[in-house]
Amino acid sequence: MVPTESNYINELVEIHGRSRTSLMPILQGVVALKNYISDQDMTEIANELDLSAAQVYGTATFYSFLDTIPRGEYVIRVCKTITCDMHGKRTIIQTMEDMLKIKVGETTPNKKFTLLETNCLGWCHEGPAMLINDTPYSGLTVEKVHDIISEYMNK
Amino acid sequence: MSEQTLKRVDLIFGEYSNEKYKVLATSLERTNEDILTDLLESGLRGRGGAGFPTAMKWKYAAEAPGDEKFVVCNADEGEPGTFKDREILYRVPRKVFSGMAICGRVIGAAKGYIYLRGEYKFMVPELKKELESYHEHIKELGLDFTIEIKMGSGAYICGEESALFESMEGGRGEPRNKPPYPTTSGFMKKPTVINNVETFVNVVMIMRLGPDQYKKLGTSDSRGSKVFSVSGDTPIPGIYELELGMPLDRFVDEFGDGDTKAVQVGGASGFCVPRKKFNDTVIGFEGVPTGGSMMIFNSSRSMYNVLHNYLEFFEEESCGQCTPCRVGCQQLLKGIVAVKKGEKKAVYLDQLMKLSESMKITAKCGLGQSVANSFSSIVNNFKEEMIY
Amino acid sequence: MTKKINLTIDGIHVGVDEGATILEAASSLNIHIPSLCYHEDLCVAGNCRVCVVEQENSKNLPASCATPVAEGMVILTNSMKVRMARKHIVELLLSEHNADCTKCYKNGLCELQGLASQMLTGDHLFLDLVPDKKYTIDMFNTAIIKDDSRCIRCQRCVRTCEELQSVSALGVAHKGNKMKISTFFEHSLFEVVCTNCGQCVNRCPTGALIERNYIDQVWDAIYDPGKHVVVQTAPAVRVALGESLGMATGRIVTGKMVAALRRLGFDSVLDTDFTADLTIIEEGHELLTRLKKALVDKDPTVSLPMFTSCSPGWIKFIEHTFPDYLPNLSTCKSPQQMFGALAKTYYAQKRKLDPKNVVSVSIMPCTAKKFEANRPEMRSSGYKDVDFVLTTRELGIMIKQVGLDFEALPEEKFDSFMGSSTGAGVIFGSTGGVMEAALRTAYEIVTGREVPFEGLNILPVRGTEGEVREATIKIEKVKPEWGFLEGVELKCAVANGLAHAKTIMQNVRDGKANYHFIEVMACPGGCLGGGGQPIPTNKEIRTKRKAAIYQEDMGMPIRKSHENPEIVEIYKEFLEHPLGHKSHELLHTSYTPRKRY
Repeated sequence: MVPTESNYINELVEIHGRSRTSLMPILQGVVALKNYISDQDMTEIANELDLSAAQVYGTATFYSFLDTIPRGEYVIRVCKTITCDMHGKRTIIQTMEDMLKIKVGETTPNKKFTLLETNCLGWCHEGPAMLINDTPYSGLTVEKVHDIISEYMNK
Repeated sequence: MSEQTLKRVDLIFGEYSNEKYKVLATSLERTNEDILTDLLESGLRGRGGAGFPTAMKWKYAAEAPGDEKFVVCNADEGEPGTFKDREILYRVPRKVFSGMAICGRVIGAAKGYIYLRGEYKFMVPELKKELESYHEHIKELGLDFTIEIKMGSGAYICGEESALFESMEGGRGEPRNKPPYPTTSGFMKKPTVINNVETFVNVVMIMRLGPDQYKKLGTSDSRGSKVFSVSGDTPIPGIYELELGMPLDRFVDEFGDGDTKAVQVGGASGFCVPRKKFNDTVIGFEGVPTGGSMMIFNSSRSMYNVLHNYLEFFEEESCGQCTPCRVGCQQLLKGIVAVKKGEKKAVYLDQLMKLSESMKITAKCGLGQSVANSFSSIVNNFKEEMIY
Repeated sequence: MTKKINLTIDGIHVGVDEGATILEAASSLNIHIPSLCYHEDLCVAGNCRVCVVEQENSKNLPASCATPVAEGMVILTNSMKVRMARKHIVELLLSEHNADCTKCYKNGLCELQGLASQMLTGDHLFLDLVPDKKYTIDMFNTAIIKDDSRCIRCQRCVRTCEELQSVSALGVAHKGNKMKISTFFEHSLFEVVCTNCGQCVNRCPTGALIERNYIDQVWDAIYDPGKHVVVQTAPAVRVALGESLGMATGRIVTGKMVAALRRLGFDSVLDTDFTADLTIIEEGHELLTRLKKALVDKDPTVSLPMFTSCSPGWIKFIEHTFPDYLPNLSTCKSPQQMFGALAKTYYAQKRKLDPKNVVSVSIMPCTAKKFEANRPEMRSSGYKDVDFVLTTRELGIMIKQVGLDFEALPEEKFDSFMGSSTGAGVIFGSTGGVMEAALRTAYEIVTGREVPFEGLNILPVRGTEGEVREATIKIEKVKPEWGFLEGVELKCAVANGLAHAKTIMQNVRDGKANYHFIEVMACPGGCLGGGGQPIPTNKEIRTKRKAAIYQEDMGMPIRKSHENPEIVEIYKEFLEHPLGHKSHELLHTSYTPRKRY
């Protein structure tokens, strides 16, 4: 069952249940659909799970993948850990900043891309690495990044 | 100096049988006591980094009173420089499931969870497919033990076992006070065995080889083999299964680029070993323990930058609840920057060393306690780089 | 029998119950281990790490508040290692903390300041982190101010809000260096589910959560010759104020408090207990009217159970969390607001004062009363009914400001009118008190006889901390006009602390409970444990204050609200009859559903 556009909180709650243990999967489900969790989504989840909104907010803000501010359709997370850094992370970021005309932390005006840095992605042997939404890309070079981003731009 | 040499082994990834779940089936024919005896005999210690004897953990959980118990596989591999759990789950998931199921039988749990880091979400479809087939097999074997995947969402601290439970329960990944330990109060405050991905695979290999055969690998303190994640300045980065107890100089000979200045053993929370100490450093519980991360730095690298990177990581990934870790990490980072810029005199590094020592003995969990490992080993061995 | 565990602390052998912590064991030896996140009322957090101790054969220093004792343990609470670690921890907290103490409301009362002074932290071991932090102060609320720059993140407030109050308006947000105590999306406390109960304020070790104080505004009114300043004092204040002024816990200081207020310059020193008695008359009649509608008229729209409405924290809780049940709340204003409305009408008329020149001040054990006084509906006199609400603590500060030797003051009496009260009014300060006072009056109205309890002490409804109290009172041999109540078993429940109130509400909602009348006080122990009471407040202290309240009740010549001569008089002269037109205009109110976030 894939939650629909309009009624997704209710549907996620139906899928995962109303206990506190359901909170993470529900929040993850919202992010998968919307790329971030809005304040309205959080209050709705809080009411469904009989939690306070501050508790839901507390859980969401703890996790770097549970964004609480609007993100683009494609969230790019570049690994900033030392080995990726050593193998040219900065050039990779520079390339994307130039292509997307945004800085790290920003979202393109068309809401298509958000560019972020993140902690170790677990591709240290093939650094630099990044995630675009859930998909990992490793062994990045300027050319490779060009191809990948161009492909997403045309999506 | 070291007599031990570097031996590559093929235990973890090697196909152990053409027949699916054969080792699981034969293990389930044995008694729980037999299994625990073998585990104890094998000397297996947890592969997550802390190295707690696995047999004891299982025994405590088996003996703990409770109508419901859990088995949790810790796949929240977040230590910088580590990627072996991903590789294991990708290449030999059945061994992991089998190890969990054996544990479930031994401790009396009917439910197992794999807590997978959010960064590895792309693996979920494949894993679910494998789990379907596992569930068919386990039904045939007549064991009531199901496995479910729970996802993390980008928080290093959730690799700490009690933080992981908090996260699974829908909370912030804030480590709990210990005692009580997971074996009596883990997920949902019920007796729980939580082991690293690789530990479960080792269990299966012990079941297959028998403890005597298994014990032949490694040293008396560090039995068996270990999967290492090798990265940094190396011509051959990747995943390697090596015997435990190997000397670091042999490792550097094999993996270094000829100009190795230092090796960070155990990731950001591990120790930095400088070139002059390669020949008297042993990788294992008797020497420098590691969850598998080996980052190699050559002489072109600034160890100040390395430490700065680690401290930024800790400052961000500390859960923030306890004072020494939350504020201590900020102070260490700001402190080395101030010394580097000349805003603080070099002696301030001594003050920071004392602080890191306090963090080590007062922080609530392993994260805050281990920041001092990299801090003191890098500052002590590369002091000039910190100042000039 | 609990097993005894033997251990050694600082060379002294001690045996304590199994399950006790090292901190508790040390305390039994009168060794005071410093702590910050620890609070007797709350679950153990073990996050500040100030209470670390050295344990033989252990390389790490365990937090004594979070570590249970074990047989043969050898503990050092003051070793070199411990002293160094503890000093580091306090220095770390200070490096994150806006330590501009002379500008802080908690100056002199701050627990962090206390530790800093003990440890002689003058040398600033570490770098100042405050300039990098973009700390904010939430000043929008009329009751509570939250200043993040003073916060040490001990989470006492978060645990209070969750465990005692089940509100969780405050939570922990973000992690690492950005971790902070936050409301939902960092909204002002004014906008969120916060009930203003102030239990967090009472437990905050620093100045991060404080009441909004109105001390200067009250001084301005007192010094203004054109103003007539009346002050009312709530029942729970008189059993706690002494603590603020160096006296022992549980002392009744009613007379000294009255004397002090006169010396501060208030024109008239009156008693909220008077309007507590008035509340009983109005609320008692309201309950009886609802029962009549339900039992005789079979009116399906009547809302039962009826809930008391004296506790403004409870009111805001129900507005946010159970808005469907607003019709079940008694429409009676709280005694404070009844008093305010009368001060600028009845009182002003009697004293021939222009109500616009009357300033009405109240002394309350409560921070929620500050919010209540600022509600837009609380202007039925045509003016703001209660101009300024001061907590017990603020009154303590004012008394210190003028240098009064409180303990040496004579015992004086309240002014009249609106200064006389009964034992029933006094017990409003304790959980179960409103219920008991209401029963003393309602039973007598209906039967013509006193409640059938020895010495008027209705022990079954005297609330107990940490539980929901239930009682059933059978009504028999009623007066003819109350015939419909013959044989009715009046089912009552009493809850203190919003966590227990929530339990009751869930039971009512799920049809698991069938009550007629429910008393709720938002704070543990009732008003005597209010958020505006002296710090510290804990169970032991609340127990002593409670004993004092019932002692005060026993000492009153009149102990039933309807026998208060000033109450009889006000109905004759002004209000005419309970639930009458004037009452509705001045003494009753309505409620607003609020968003739940």
